[in-house]
Amino acid sequence: MKTLDRLREHLRRDRVFDFMLPKVVFSPALDTRHGPILYLEGVTVSFDGFKALNELTLYIDDGELRCIIGPNGAGKTTMMDVITGKTRPDSGSVYFGQRIDLLRLSETEIAQGGIGRKFQKPTVFEQHTVFENLELSLAGPKGVWHTLFARLTPAQRERIDEVLEIIGLTAQRHRPAGVLSHGQKQWLEIGMLLMQSPRLLLVDEPVAGMTAQETERTAELLTSLAGRHSVVVVEHDMEFVRTIARKVTVLHEGRVLAEGSMDEVQNDPRVIEVYLGE
Amino acid sequence: MLLKRLYESDRGGMILLAALLLAAIVVPLLNLAVPESSPFHLSTYTVTLLGKYLCFALLALALDLIWGYCGILSLGHGAFFALGGYAMGMYLMRQIGERGVYGHPVLPDFMVFLNWQELPWYWHGFDMFWFAVLMVVLVPGLLAFVFGWLAFRSRVTGVYLSIITQALTFALMLAFFRNEMGFGGNNGLTDFKDILGFSLQADGTRVGLFLASAIMLALAYLACRFIVNSRLGRVVVAIRDAEDRTRFVGYKVERFKLWLFVFSAVLAGIAGALYVPQVGIINPSEFSPLNSIELVIWVAIGGRGTLYGAALGAILVNYAKTYFTAALPELWLFALGALFVLVTIFLPRGLVGLVQGRRKPDRPPPRDETPSGETPATTGGPGA
Amino acid sequence: MIGARTAFSSLMFGLLLLAGMGAHALAAEDFTAAVQSLNAKNFTAKGEAIEAVAATGHDRSVVVLRAMLDGRLYYRKKDRRVVIVERLDKGFRLTDAATGETLGEVGKRKVRKIAINNKLRKRLRAALARLSLAHHDPRVRHQSVTEMLASVTPDTIPLLESALARETDEAVSELLRTALALAALASTDREQRLQALRTLEGNIQPEVANRIRRLLDKEKDGAVRAAAQRALTAIEDKLKFYGFLETLFFGLSLGSVLLLAAIGLAITFGVMGVINMAHGELIMLGAYTTYLVQALMPDHLEYSLLVAIPAAFLVSGLFGIAIERGVIRFLYGRPLETLLATFGISLLLQQLVRTTISAQNVTVANPQWMSGSLEINPVLSLTYNRLYILLFALLVFIVLLLILKKTSLGLQVRAVSQNRAMARAIGIRSGWVDAMTFGLGSGIAGVAGVALSQLTNVGPNMGQAYIIDSFMVVVFGGVGNLWGTLVGAFSLGVINKFLEPWSGAVLAKIVVLVFIILFIQKRPRGLFPQKGRSAEH
Repeated sequence: MKTLDRLREHLRRDRVFDFMLPKVVFSPALDTRHGPILYLEGVTVSFDGFKALNELTLYIDDGELRCIIGPNGAGKTTMMDVITGKTRPDSGSVYFGQRIDLLRLSETEIAQGGIGRKFQKPTVFEQHTVFENLELSLAGPKGVWHTLFARLTPAQRERIDEVLEIIGLTAQRHRPAGVLSHGQKQWLEIGMLLMQSPRLLLVDEPVAGMTAQETERTAELLTSLAGRHSVVVVEHDMEFVRTIARKVTVLHEGRVLAEGSMDEVQNDPRVIEVYLGE
Repeated sequence: MLLKRLYESDRGGMILLAALLLAAIVVPLLNLAVPESSPFHLSTYTVTLLGKYLCFALLALALDLIWGYCGILSLGHGAFFALGGYAMGMYLMRQIGERGVYGHPVLPDFMVFLNWQELPWYWHGFDMFWFAVLMVVLVPGLLAFVFGWLAFRSRVTGVYLSIITQALTFALMLAFFRNEMGFGGNNGLTDFKDILGFSLQADGTRVGLFLASAIMLALAYLACRFIVNSRLGRVVVAIRDAEDRTRFVGYKVERFKLWLFVFSAVLAGIAGALYVPQVGIINPSEFSPLNSIELVIWVAIGGRGTLYGAALGAILVNYAKTYFTAALPELWLFALGALFVLVTIFLPRGLVGLVQGRRKPDRPPPRDETPSGETPATTGGPGA
Repeated sequence: MIGARTAFSSLMFGLLLLAGMGAHALAAEDFTAAVQSLNAKNFTAKGEAIEAVAATGHDRSVVVLRAMLDGRLYYRKKDRRVVIVERLDKGFRLTDAATGETLGEVGKRKVRKIAINNKLRKRLRAALARLSLAHHDPRVRHQSVTEMLASVTPDTIPLLESALARETDEAVSELLRTALALAALASTDREQRLQALRTLEGNIQPEVANRIRRLLDKEKDGAVRAAAQRALTAIEDKLKFYGFLETLFFGLSLGSVLLLAAIGLAITFGVMGVINMAHGELIMLGAYTTYLVQALMPDHLEYSLLVAIPAAFLVSGLFGIAIERGVIRFLYGRPLETLLATFGISLLLQQLVRTTISAQNVTVANPQWMSGSLEINPVLSLTYNRLYILLFALLVFIVLLLILKKTSLGLQVRAVSQNRAMARAIGIRSGWVDAMTFGLGSGIAGVAGVALSQLTNVGPNMGQAYIIDSFMVVVFGGVGNLWGTLVGAFSLGVINKFLEPWSGAVLAKIVVLVFIILFIQKRPRGLFPQKGRSAEH
């Protein structure tokens, strides 16, 4: 039985030689007429029988700032992996706007299509200067040939300066990213996301390891982004979530346990049980 | 303006280019214009030896471009070198014409010996120099393209990729050892007579080949420098340091790797094509995994991720090899083995890093392509 | 050495002869007389003499009759003594026909041949066949019937039938029935030929297929032709099946070699994540240890392997620990550098063996019990060395599995491999565990070397041949999974051997390589990947 399943998995054309599938024409027109910018419906991911995501259904509205909390192993990072194309789910559908099927796109195409992601551990290009980090993240054509001859236009320089200002790293612009402090790296990474001008930002634990002051600034930054961008923040720090959250989703064992304002969620008996039971 | 942009802060590269220019002037003079009796005369043997070193330097440059900058450790770059060499060897073979031992007007000696009646299809066209040159570029490039396309799109990285490239060159070696392949089997291609009508034995031709190698190395260096200084170069380094991040920024990592790999393979092929007429033979042992991995140590010793360091390393190690294999043949493999161990442990940035280390203390050392999840935790700057 | 052994055996032979003489003195006299009568005046008398010689049942009767058939039976002119001759450049070397006593060399004119005609030849053949069919050792009878298969004619039928009636050994009886059926194939009676074909259907004796093919060439009768065709098809199907089994065995044997070579790597690479390019050289050290052990105990070749296995484990294991403590320890988390450094070590080890022992291949002897083969039927035999190594590989696999699953070292190894920091925090000495794990993997490489020394050439370069294959096996099976290594090794071995017949050994290797590259397209983490979020990184 198990072998048969494994065999079947082997033969799934979409999982195996995905280059054989007809390519969906990527429509740049993101259709959010019905409100949500992101649809996750019935998404299941299992690792060796363990269900990291179990029939997860979640909608994110356009321009919303959403916080997602949950105990360890609730499937938060896996959810991010699925949205950004890093992990393919066993079943379910993931749509960006009305028309764009994210499950058919590669990580790169998803990124170019307007979804930016910040990793749990700050990941920047440590060998490059802060300026170069932002330059590499510029929105626009990213082909091999183009990058070979690309020069910065004055408008792009201005944009970089602007973002440097926002993330407060103007003074460090010519230092290698590797020598920045932990918090600065986090900001740089957010700055890189901004350079991409994404419609949807996925931010994984943005304030881990930050001082109180840094945390405060990060909260300001994220709230200022909402509206123009949709932002999804995964965070453990309840204080932080309380300061920025309008709507909170609690994940538990791969599915949505509760959803609502921070107060509603905190008073939900199921949530209390899960958090106390831990 | 462009030059200035390219070579700001590239002192090592400028020294390399200057040295190449100097050699290109002095070596022909000492060989052709100074009489043999003079102590300043440079023998043709030495000229050829130097030309050989330059070919190796070009090969090292090709490897450094993908290993030093993109973190792709190819243990099969010797295969591209050898393929370029074979393409040139086939041209030289066809040039022999009726002067072979069996005097057959078309078939090379080894085919007559094997009782072949006609030229295999893939030998056609190699009587024309332009066609051979085209193949020198196309064959390694195409192999690199197909191989890279398969390997990179399935995210084969790090040591897995290294092992597979090694398997690739190993498989090619086995294939070329076979007589039925039509490349001369064990003995390979040899007994060349002339190139473009010039006798390969003549001093002038040897000097010409040396010059061609020097010019090619200079051009390749300029091209590589242009690439690594462009935004493309920064993307490539970004891929080396944080592949996933690069992908989520929106670059098609596979394509960047693929084209860089192909370009590098083409450079290696050209190096092979210049090498063969100078040494006068190409055989399947050029495909041996040992050759490819020896090449890695040239780059490691010189200093990877610096381009000129790779070229320097190739020349130094090969000079040492020439010296050792003549003076203490037993010791060479011991020395080579020890070099691998010592350089990786004590000299991770090579000789160039030794000199440069004092000047740029704030740049963290270049890293391997490690699985992305680990990178920030295991290495990195003081911030980590 | 060899000279001494021959001298010894001839001495023993002589002693046996002496002992036998007294007991059979009378019989010997009769035999001598019968042999002497072979030199009769006319062919009729000679014919009777042949029967008389055969009837004595004396050990030498076969020798004498065979010599007569071959035209080597002469008599000495001076005393009419019957002798067997061996032709030399000038003259003959004589042996007494009855006693086997050597009588020296003489000129050609001193002896004369005992003439025979075709009728006598036939008689001789029949007598010889009868004698060998009546031999007391079933192996000899089996052998003689097998030899007779090629030459059976309807005339031999009575002889075979009487032998069949007396036969007690089942295998020989079976063979005799085959011979009878073969003889019947040439019968003029259509019914008999059909009957014979029915008996021979699916019989895989090589001679049977030949005979049926020859029958098909000249047979005119439709029904017989159809029966022959059917019998032949059945035979060919069976041959194909046994051919398949043989290829399978070769494949499994190659798989066992791959398993032995890869299993140590599965630990160092799979469990520890260390790329050890010197793994092949650790195998080589194991093989050289076997060589040295055999050199130290030349008189006990039979036990040498039993000593060599622990010795090789120790030698390679200690080298492995030295490599880990001396080099690899400084390079954890830098896989490409580890690869380069260990490659350097592989060069050093090769050169070490070249300078201290020899640059040439050395000979490692096979003990008696490793040579020979297990014959299952006339077309399928399995060599013992491959068979033992197959079993040995599985044994090593099981032992390793037990070590990893049941011992505390195994538990610590798994803990360290999953989370080094955590393991250290709960008090596991991760340095010690690393060294031990690496030593274990290396020791197994040494043991693999002992096994390989029984199959292939032992030389300084032998390790190189296995390193790429071993990595392929580990990658194919899925890193960090011992069962994957097992399945990977055997499937690659079998695939390789099945490809070989139609593509040649080299191409088969290339095809397998390409297959693995394509396979990695499909399943980048091998056959049995370790799943989970952590495995993604």
